[in-house]
Amino acid sequence: MLSLVLMVVTSLFFMGIVIRTKSITSGRKGPGIFQPMKDVIRLWKKGAVFSRTTSFIFQIAPSIYFASIIMAILVIPFGQYKGIVSFDGDFVFFAYVLALGKFFSIIGALDTGSSFEGMGASREALYSMLAEPAFFILMGSFALYTGHTSFYEIFTSLHFGSYISYALGILATFVLIMIAMIENSRMPVDDPKTHLELTMVHEVMILDNSGFDLGLILFGTNLKFAMYGALIANFFTGSFSILISILIFLVVQILFAIMVGILESFSARFRMGNNAQFIFTLTSFSILIFFGVLLIMGKFV
Amino acid sequence: MVYIQTYIEILILTLLLIPFIKMKWKGIVTVSAVILNAIIIGYIALPALMGEKLEFILSGTIITSEIPIRIDALSGWFMLLINFTVITGALYGLQYMKAYQKQTTNISLHCLAFLLMQTSLMAICIIQNSLVFLFAWEIMTLSCFILIIFEYQKQATLKAGITFLIQSHVGVLFLTLGFIWVNYRTGSYDFEAIHQFSTTFPPVVSLGVFFAFFIGFAIKAGFVPFHTWLPYAHPASPSHISAVMSGVIIKIGIFGILRMLQLIQTDYVVLGYLILVFSVISGIYGVMLAIIQHNLKKLLAYHSIENIGIIGIGIGLGTLGIGQENSNLVFFGFGGALLHVLNHSLFKSLLFFGAGNLYQATHTMNIEHFGGLVKRMPQTTILFLIASLAICGLPPFNGFVSEFLIYSGLFQGMKNIAMLNIMTLLFSVFGLVLIGGLALLCFTKAFGSIFLGNARKDFNDTPTESKMGKLLPMYMAAAGIVSIGLFPKFFLSLLLEPIKLYADKMKFMEDISPSIQISDTLQYIGYCAIEFIVLVAFILYIRKWVTNKKPKPIQATWGCGYVGETKKMQYSASSFIRSYRKLAEPLLSIEKHKIDIEGVFPSLGKHETHPHDKIEIWLLEKPWKRMRHFFIRFQFLQNGNAQFYVLYGTVFIALIIGFPILFDAIKKIIYFLNQI
Repeated sequence: MLSLVLMVVTSLFFMGIVIRTKSITSGRKGPGIFQPMKDVIRLWKKGAVFSRTTSFIFQIAPSIYFASIIMAILVIPFGQYKGIVSFDGDFVFFAYVLALGKFFSIIGALDTGSSFEGMGASREALYSMLAEPAFFILMGSFALYTGHTSFYEIFTSLHFGSYISYALGILATFVLIMIAMIENSRMPVDDPKTHLELTMVHEVMILDNSGFDLGLILFGTNLKFAMYGALIANFFTGSFSILISILIFLVVQILFAIMVGILESFSARFRMGNNAQFIFTLTSFSILIFFGVLLIMGKFV
Repeated sequence: MVYIQTYIEILILTLLLIPFIKMKWKGIVTVSAVILNAIIIGYIALPALMGEKLEFILSGTIITSEIPIRIDALSGWFMLLINFTVITGALYGLQYMKAYQKQTTNISLHCLAFLLMQTSLMAICIIQNSLVFLFAWEIMTLSCFILIIFEYQKQATLKAGITFLIQSHVGVLFLTLGFIWVNYRTGSYDFEAIHQFSTTFPPVVSLGVFFAFFIGFAIKAGFVPFHTWLPYAHPASPSHISAVMSGVIIKIGIFGILRMLQLIQTDYVVLGYLILVFSVISGIYGVMLAIIQHNLKKLLAYHSIENIGIIGIGIGLGTLGIGQENSNLVFFGFGGALLHVLNHSLFKSLLFFGAGNLYQATHTMNIEHFGGLVKRMPQTTILFLIASLAICGLPPFNGFVSEFLIYSGLFQGMKNIAMLNIMTLLFSVFGLVLIGGLALLCFTKAFGSIFLGNARKDFNDTPTESKMGKLLPMYMAAAGIVSIGLFPKFFLSLLLEPIKLYADKMKFMEDISPSIQISDTLQYIGYCAIEFIVLVAFILYIRKWVTNKKPKPIQATWGCGYVGETKKMQYSASSFIRSYRKLAEPLLSIEKHKIDIEGVFPSLGKHETHPHDKIEIWLLEKPWKRMRHFFIRFQFLQNGNAQFYVLYGTVFIALIIGFPILFDAIKKIIYFLNQI
């Protein structure tokens, strides 16, 4: 329960910090950190325009997408506190329920019969498919390292001993940040601020969404960021007392947001054709982690 | 025994009756016979599944010797799931075949073949005498052949049928080889002899025997590289036959493999690794080719290969578990595989039924021609969507449950940190994840371009929703899909007895704790599935509540200000997978024809892709061409002159008689030379 509350709280200002960081690095003052959330609330209050091509799929898709994110969040623990749902192999469920959301957001985009949205849908489907092995091998390595297969047990029994394990922690954080960027369609693979439909990935998929649905999708993105931030934070909270854990959690989330902002300010989006290779490279990082774990366990000597 | 007698009586009565009754009744009689027989089989199979092994021996004939009939939990499971799909297939066929009512004799033959197919499938599950088994296997192959070539007027159908027939017989050849091998060594046709054979000879020999059987059964199951008949046979046959074939007939190959695993005692660790590698390759290759197909049924056929791969991963994992004495792996592996057999039979038959609805509404199977059918066929759309989600292994449907079991098994297996073990399992995890991701790409493509957006082509008759008769069997399959997704624990508890058959093979039987632990986890998954559905309903309710009174104008789709006709501008299936195709091109064989648009006043541009199967080209087509090239030199022998053929006969007889004499003569000469 605590993890859910914390993640929801973080999601309220996460995007704000990212935007603020981007503003500051480009020499502007920028909006307040709650501005993105205010935008979402404003959208929730609005009516919506629907395309005459669309069917009921388009109506239910954003809600299912949002529900899948909530469901995925329920699985994530917080320090020594279990997530609301926790069982052996729950990270498989986590990944698959997110994939379900992705399925619906893709067919929701295709439902408009647009000449642009299929493009985004196609790219999103391909990128998330390529990013998936990285996540599974990463979690598989930690399952191997700790001997457990649920998020909660993996994080509680994860302890850093040797230098290699610190290296692994850093690598894992890197992989998770990159997965978060890909899943949320942010900078190195997708530019959310682009104004040309042909260069969009996620944004082009939601061109026809408006009002409440668009609000759900945007809030979903915020929640997804908070969710990956929580995963990263879980590497560090360890066995501290609850207050310190919460503090660490918030600090990690804010640092993560600032990092996303800086990354977005100082890097350019890759060429679309190179994205696939880049994302697949993440899998090799994961395999590196896997070998690192084998090294710690004394299989390579 | 009484049940089986009744079964055979009903069968013979119906077989005799069908050719003589009116067209209207043929289908109904067949379907009622199928259902009646399925109920009888249910009475036999259900106790067997619960662990009451039924065994009796028929006297047989001099040639076959005694025919043992053994119905254990494994047979029970397969018999039940086969019958479910056969019933839904028959019900669907009843409506589907109404379009072909004028072909009276053809329909009669079709009905007879359908009944024979059901019976032969049942026979294969229970007969444990090699000769009679092969006999039943042959009946199944022939009846399937007749079912496939229903539309024999089309050349492609006939070609597909013959491909199926030939490749199935290559499979029979390998099976016969295995059975003869065992019979030669033990002198018995009983399946128990296979077990004895494998315990008395060293593991390497029994591994050889296993592989003879494995290849034989793998041709039926569709493991890569023995899959080449599958993508032809499925599109050619009527939809309910494709559903039954993909749903259960290829599973009989899996049954065969599982049966042999249970009988043959060998080095399970090596076997486990081999099956794992085989299966991962099958899975990835199947789905990689599925994505680039343009024909919906062919796409589904390649997906069958993928799912056989997933089942195979489960089997390989379980086998590894037996070898490593790890009951966790046995439970997860075989549990996942057996459950996936059921799951796949449900969602794949549902998908093929959906394809059948589409075919009868539009008379095309080309994905590029569809579009916007959600408004015309809403029920088919929802059912197809459920099946698509299930086949991608997404919660809260059944595909997730079996894939989850296999994942859990793979991660559990990693606890044994022997290098080879860990690398194989990592490879399998990687494969399974990739399969899942690619399946998602494939089915968003299929579902999106068939049902969503605008219609891409105007059909002569506006497509309309199918009749209830066709939708009912689809709802039955969908109910199965949803109930397994929501109550996985119940279905796993049904599987405990079949899994025990394999768990008993371990030398040091551990306690049954893994089964309890697994069913606890599955219970959680069931809860999560229900929770998720409640959550979705809740959010949709809030959405409705909030947006109820808001204005909801209907406008054109966003097109940068363009509001005209966008039918031809929307994303097509080929463009949807273009980035994937570019990525995977080196591994695949895609024939492309392209006319670029050039000039100020461009003429017609064109872009065509024809996906080919690389393995088929390298394994069948090229060697075949070489062989033909070689044999064509001997064509002069076939001159059509009867006298020459008599001469060949005479020469042949002379050779047969003369050869031993010549041999003796040479021996004598050598003896003579030695004497000097």
